[in-house]
Amino acid sequence: MDYFLELFFSGLTRGSIYALIALGYTMVYGIIQLINFAHGEIYMIGAFVALIVSGVCTIYGLSGFAILILAAAIAAVYAAAYGFTLERVAYRPLRGSPRLSALISAIGMSIFLQNYVLLAQTPDFLPFPRLIPDLAFIEPVAHIIGTPELVILITTLITMVVLTFLIKKTRVGKAMRATQQDLSMARLVGINVDNVISLTFIIGSVMAAIGGVLVASYIGQVSFYIGFLAGIKAFTAAVLGGIGSIPGAVLGGLIIGWSESFAAGYISSDYEDVITFVLLVVILIFRPAGILGKVHKQKV
Amino acid sequence: MNESGRKLLEVKGLTMDFGGLRAVDSVSLTVHEGEIAALIGPNGAGKTTFFNCVTGIYVPTKGDILLHPQGEQTRRLNGLKPNQVTEMGLARTFQNIRLFGGMTVLENVMIGRHCRTSSGIFRSILRGSRVREEEQQIVEDSYYWLNKVGLEKYVNEFARNLPYGAQRRLEIARAMATDPLLLLLDEPAAGMNPYETSALEVLIRRISEEEKIAILLIEHDMKLVMKISHPIYVMEYGKKIAQGSPQDVRNNPRVIEAYLGEEVEA
Repeated sequence: MDYFLELFFSGLTRGSIYALIALGYTMVYGIIQLINFAHGEIYMIGAFVALIVSGVCTIYGLSGFAILILAAAIAAVYAAAYGFTLERVAYRPLRGSPRLSALISAIGMSIFLQNYVLLAQTPDFLPFPRLIPDLAFIEPVAHIIGTPELVILITTLITMVVLTFLIKKTRVGKAMRATQQDLSMARLVGINVDNVISLTFIIGSVMAAIGGVLVASYIGQVSFYIGFLAGIKAFTAAVLGGIGSIPGAVLGGLIIGWSESFAAGYISSDYEDVITFVLLVVILIFRPAGILGKVHKQKV
Repeated sequence: MNESGRKLLEVKGLTMDFGGLRAVDSVSLTVHEGEIAALIGPNGAGKTTFFNCVTGIYVPTKGDILLHPQGEQTRRLNGLKPNQVTEMGLARTFQNIRLFGGMTVLENVMIGRHCRTSSGIFRSILRGSRVREEEQQIVEDSYYWLNKVGLEKYVNEFARNLPYGAQRRLEIARAMATDPLLLLLDEPAAGMNPYETSALEVLIRRISEEEKIAILLIEHDMKLVMKISHPIYVMEYGKKIAQGSPQDVRNNPRVIEAYLGEEVEA
């Protein structure tokens, strides 16, 4: 039973990180019908910025949670800047052109950002300091859920609550939902759609960066390549849940997290990636719109 | 009716080409303050294209679209984006209803207040007193319009679940929530039954009289047009063929020909 719970919580932890990244994919897709393939790279850049910040902070003698919060905050700002610029440079000029062009531009940006970090930093794996200290009260259940898992779960939960509040209740959230439902009509009621799109990229990037910082300090290493796999898995989560649907992204992330964790635990850790992509293939065959996705009937 | 007002919207020689097709051919039109003007014409005459040019969906090939707000400088609307045109004070509704179906009736109207309010993302999350006051104000303004169009009982319904006539009135409420100087209605009575049409007539008159807002409407329901609008502009094949009072237009041989076909000597 303990073993099951351990796998359950490790799956929940991974799943919530996938969900955090998947939200960025799904929100952007919801508004401009573009798969932002460079999103995984934003996550990776977030982790790198956090690594640099934590290095500097350690010199100044800060420790533990203080570094984590500072690193996450700075990483979020950087990632937001990258996300904003990415949309301006690579996607906005292509708005109105065929969707394939924007998609290719997205893949190009992904390759560019990976190689940029490779050249500017290093091709090697770098150790990432363990920023999350073990908390005493969790000791009795530490074999089921450790402090890092708990911190990740709480952080992602808070992030998602803030996001839900933002989208459901605030003025900008209403503008985002309106833009998602009907972009040109949103313009006509006076919404500056360009700003809404920029904002969507910024929010998605901030969440990806938070995910990057958490994962890096959990796993303990970063490289220029981590964004690729994380991005693909989060993308799978978004498709699984129904791309464009926000609850769908969260659900998809959790399903993938659990299936990976249980596959690794009960079958073999070699199978954890296999399971993810088997799920993707199965979903695409039997329910292409995803679990919570709407099936769009095309009017002719 | 009141023809006394100043010029509000002045369109001069508006031309719109789609490739080789001239959909609107140097049409000029003026709407004065307090007026209910109508734009009529057979199907395909270019009326909706004309609206699309005025509201910034299309950039016109030639011509000027000028807005003269009271006590302010004249503004040229050509080439502005639709959201900027809305900010300048033009609001419109659509021939085929375009509500945000997945949002509630109240939210649809609140969205209309977007361009008149300012709370940004950080302040919204922190929810200071200014944000809450602004939100309260938005809700109050939205209720004002929902009451005016008679939709207060539907506030929390999804817009797509409303009866047809109510959806049309919701579109008008959303447009009015942007605080326009001029309201453009694209076939507001399309698909309405006679009862709904007469309710619409009352609503249009009330908006014009109580809110002192100029209205320009496209409409095929001649009974409605002749009853409420003055002046009437008539388009055919992209060109303006007549303008004037309902009486003038009704007796104009060009208009009769456009609607009924040429008279043939038997």
